[in-house]
Amino acid sequence: MGHEQKYVDKKYEVVGTRFNRPDGIDKVTGKARYGADASAPGQLVGRVLRSPHAHAQIVKINTAKAEKLPGVKSIVTSADLPDLTGGDQGLADILENCLARGRALYDGHAIAAVAAVDEQTAAKALKLIEVKYKKLPHVTDVDEAMSESAPVIHDRIFTRGVEPKPSKPSNIAARTQMGYGDVDVGFAEADVIIEKTYKTEQTHQGYIEPHACLASVNPDGSAELWVTTQGHFVFRNVCASLLGLDIAKLKVTSSEIGGGFGGKTHVWGEPVALALSRKANRPVKMVMGRDEVFRGTGPTSSTSIDVKMGAKKDGTITAAVAEMRYQGGAFPGNWAMLACMTAFACYDIKNNKSVGWDVVVNRPKVAAYRAPSAPMAAFAVESTIDLLAKEVGISPIDMRLKNVAREGTQAPYGPTYGPIGIEHTLKAVKDHPHMRAKLKKNQGRGVACGFWFNIGGQTCTDLNISVDGTVNLTLGTVDVGGSRSSMAMIAAEELGIPYDQVRANIADTTSLGHNDMTEGSRGTFSSGMATIFAARDAISVLKQRAAQMWGVPEEDVIWENGQAIATGEGHGNLPALTLQEIAAKSGRTGGPIAGHNEVVADGAGMGFASHICDVEVDPETGRSSIVRYTVVQDAGKAINPDYVEGQFQGGATQGIGWALNEEYIYGDDGCLQNPGFLDYRIPVCSDLPFIDTKILEVPNPLHPYGVRGVGETSIVPPLAAVGNAIANATGVRMTHAPMSPPRVLAAIDAQENAG
Amino acid sequence: MSNATLVSTTVNGDPVQFACPTDESLMTALRNRVGLTGVKEGCGTGDCGACSVTLDGSLVCSCLVLGVEAEGRKVTTVEGLSENGELHVLQQKFIDHAALQCGICTPGFLVAAKALLDRNPNPNETEIRYALAGNLCRCTGYDKIVHAVQDAAKDMRKNNNRSKKRS
Ligand code: FES
Ligand code: FES
Repeated sequence: MGHEQKYVDKKYEVVGTRFNRPDGIDKVTGKARYGADASAPGQLVGRVLRSPHAHAQIVKINTAKAEKLPGVKSIVTSADLPDLTGGDQGLADILENCLARGRALYDGHAIAAVAAVDEQTAAKALKLIEVKYKKLPHVTDVDEAMSESAPVIHDRIFTRGVEPKPSKPSNIAARTQMGYGDVDVGFAEADVIIEKTYKTEQTHQGYIEPHACLASVNPDGSAELWVTTQGHFVFRNVCASLLGLDIAKLKVTSSEIGGGFGGKTHVWGEPVALALSRKANRPVKMVMGRDEVFRGTGPTSSTSIDVKMGAKKDGTITAAVAEMRYQGGAFPGNWAMLACMTAFACYDIKNNKSVGWDVVVNRPKVAAYRAPSAPMAAFAVESTIDLLAKEVGISPIDMRLKNVAREGTQAPYGPTYGPIGIEHTLKAVKDHPHMRAKLKKNQGRGVACGFWFNIGGQTCTDLNISVDGTVNLTLGTVDVGGSRSSMAMIAAEELGIPYDQVRANIADTTSLGHNDMTEGSRGTFSSGMATIFAARDAISVLKQRAAQMWGVPEEDVIWENGQAIATGEGHGNLPALTLQEIAAKSGRTGGPIAGHNEVVADGAGMGFASHICDVEVDPETGRSSIVRYTVVQDAGKAINPDYVEGQFQGGATQGIGWALNEEYIYGDDGCLQNPGFLDYRIPVCSDLPFIDTKILEVPNPLHPYGVRGVGETSIVPPLAAVGNAIANATGVRMTHAPMSPPRVLAAIDAQENAG
Repeated sequence: MSNATLVSTTVNGDPVQFACPTDESLMTALRNRVGLTGVKEGCGTGDCGACSVTLDGSLVCSCLVLGVEAEGRKVTTVEGLSENGELHVLQQKFIDHAALQCGICTPGFLVAAKALLDRNPNPNETEIRYALAGNLCRCTGYDKIVHAVQDAAKDMRKNNNRSKKRS
């Protein structure tokens, strides 16, 4: 159906106000059911055996003893998941990641799994599985993995994107290049050139809820999966392909999700739980421990990045080059490509070039983490811009404003920007009282910008009107941050009824058409669009029913403020019919009233942000504390400002954790040394001040309400904002994140010794 | 279930009995045997606070307490916060302030915040932040959580004064 997607400026009744969420009461009373909170009759406990080695050949797996243990009902290895991927290498990688096939590729790689009657028996059975490994040389560092002498992890990987095609396999999966202009010409025009190398360590999404699922496969091939996921339709398709099930016979229900941030867009244990259930012919519940989450699920890339930028004395950046090396764990990803797309996206730089190298190492398969790949590139670029600003003697904000991307600027990845908000955020930062606040001893202030796109993707939504006029909105995009509330607001807005008359639910995969993942900040954007269209669809039915009730032509009926109004000659004074009145009669006017929409939403807008950060650095210990923090971001249109602020604050905090503390630490043996929240320290309440936010609204011209996704951009600027603040507090420029106390202290000491 | 022990305890004011292995945590016993899945597992090692409950009024990580230790004691979980069908002030304020996103940390925060306010009805921001430092939240940046607790404390003080005046 031809719905109008274009932005229309109008006054809103519901959208833009603050309403409580429909899932709130369940979540504050403990009633909400998350991944680990479901049970099935006769369920077994599933547990996974994981590799203790970074890289090893699996010579033999002997499960005989474990099988004999009373209470053990099934054991699976890769032999129980035959390769049905039919040449689809991406899917084959997922399969191999779920259960190792002949080789353990990283510390924590799943080797085998058991299902037993209880926790104790399952744990005992794991110990009885005998695996004979032959250790192989490993590599966990991205730069080392690229060197000639590194052990080659997959002999099927020949670097894509280089001419001529390499004759030897290597750990470099792909080279990507983006940009335009001639950087040599640009550097020749520059008065100042800065060149620096940066490193960022691997971090984890760190959702508090571990992965969990409850799987049940019947002998006839029908199956059910209850799972914590960001996209149950995609999980269904992937699991069905890996297990050889018919897609429509696998019913996947998404539980409440206890955080995802990209990490629950990938399957890990789910196909294994299904395989265990199929073999035991009983339901299997599988919940990961925290150490398994760290060792066996997808963190983000660690990186190594060279940046070179040149500017004229007046601050104009004439050329910029970034060479970015991203590891994707034991399987190839496109992470460096995303870095190329985002690195210089905030600026209008005539000559720019980004080169990305996607590299494999012996670490867990990388998964998306909130604006994946962008924070590291921003750390390098935004730090370099501060250095450049200092060198030419312009304030960091004016330097950025001088080069800022605007409507009409070509993005480094190709398209030309429509209306975008980066300049607005920078100006708002410049005018913000935070910028004028006095700093104390050992304190410094930093500013940085960030960019992320939003994707659209496939969405399918139902809207059903009950006979009492209340409305069920049935969504297929998982609610990761309050989207049920936002969608209900949108439906209420369109229909012209109060918010509390609309109940939004997330449907299982048998109740609605396919929906893509909730990722790429698409939830509110695309589901919102489908909700608008489904509501408008229902309104056309409502108008038609009203016309029928009145006996007037349909064209003479309009919809306003939740009621049908007859217009035109002869029936202008008919009393309006409310939604309730029409709904009450629906049984006699043609049956239930519903609206429906399926859409591949495109036109998702770009999201830009600028952050201000004040730190205080203790010169004795190198410890940095955040004293004040402000997020300014363009939301296009904030459907529910509370949740938009929440996204800004949560993303900024994750970025702060990355900037100051969080990192995967690998030993020489290639094993992860800190797989727990004690040693992998995420920010706690006492680490932080209140995070100030400012929502700007530069409407996205390609969304009816002007919405842009808001979920991800907020994690992009903090690394550089913190680094710039530390530089201003101490005079040392940190080029290695996290900027943990030992690193900062070493840098301060080095500076003192040098000076 | 080898080495199971019968435990008689009081949970949220009700007498409760369960049998559990001697090495099973109170968290697991509450979740799997008593059916109180509002007690969340985020780590199992005492680092996240999602499993927070009170034991005879003191705040504990139930993953670090054994199920058998509940014998003869009083356990309160998030399920026991609301009374007479009404939400506790803290619960209402968490909703009003949008202090939860995914909500997995919320039960632990509510139990910990209640323990704080029972002990100190008028905490300042720093006291709140330190009292809640054992509870991890990955979604909110804690901002709205601290606001919700401040606001709840204010209301609870008002209500207390009112009921004191009345009596
Ligand atoms: S589960 Fe008990 S503290 Fe994390
Ligand atoms: S709301 Fe998600 S962890 Fe706190």
